[in-house]
Amino acid sequence: MERKTKINAENGQQEIVITREFDLPVDLLFKAYAEPEIVEQWMGTKVVKLENKQHGGWQFETKDPNGNVVFSANGVIHDFVPNERITRTFEMDNANFAPQLEFLEFEELTEDTSRLTMQIIYKSVEHRDQQLKLPFAQGLNFAHNRLQEIVNKLK
Amino acid sequence: MTSLYLQSNNCTMEIRRDVFQAIADPTRRAILNLVAIQAMTPGTIAENFDSSRQTISKHIKILTECELLDQQQNGREIYYYINPKKIKEVADFIEPFRQMWDDRFNKLESIMKNYKPKKD
Repeated sequence: MERKTKINAENGQQEIVITREFDLPVDLLFKAYAEPEIVEQWMGTKVVKLENKQHGGWQFETKDPNGNVVFSANGVIHDFVPNERITRTFEMDNANFAPQLEFLEFEELTEDTSRLTMQIIYKSVEHRDQQLKLPFAQGLNFAHNRLQEIVNKLK
Repeated sequence: MTSLYLQSNNCTMEIRRDVFQAIADPTRRAILNLVAIQAMTPGTIAENFDSSRQTISKHIKILTECELLDQQQNGREIYYYINPKKIKEVADFIEPFRQMWDDRFNKLESIMKNYKPKKD
């Protein structure tokens, strides 16, 4: 059975909470966030920089087949505790969105299952609502096809 | 006729996107909140705003085209009221965002299930 991702976005609040349970031990779940080459596979973006430590920086970039940058984002890592939590900022480059603050919590449920809770705080309610609508505006995920290719190769 | 057709098409073919453009405007959201309390004539709606009646009419027209508002003729007056079905659709606007994360997490999960630790 497929585990579903839950989103809690209450009206008039400037935050959302994304929750997901995984059929993965917590250390493997955390690794998917910590190792650049794995992040690249499931996020479908190139990891230019990922400094997993307090005051570290990160930078992602996605190019189309012609080499044009179609997506780039960056942020600062405020807290990095393996298998427990990552606190970081997220800002899309060349977009009119203020940076957002993300609290990622990794929890062990059983030996083989884990839960990720991602609390994202936006500058305002309007910013949050705009962000939520972005998958529409961009005609769903820009890197979706590339992700699909990667996963197909894995099977 | 052509422009009429195109306009209605905007809100049927690409319902979601246009509905969101419709509610992205603060005045239009205020109109929806107002009419949600009770059905109103365009005149009564306009009285609640500093903008000109013409401006408010334009907003009402957009909301009606996107089916967020319905109209009903009552004698000589037209009353506008909320279309709850459409409002619910907007309330579900989180679904594509959720779907995007669900796709990512499904991929993460399948990648990590196949993960073999590197041998250094």
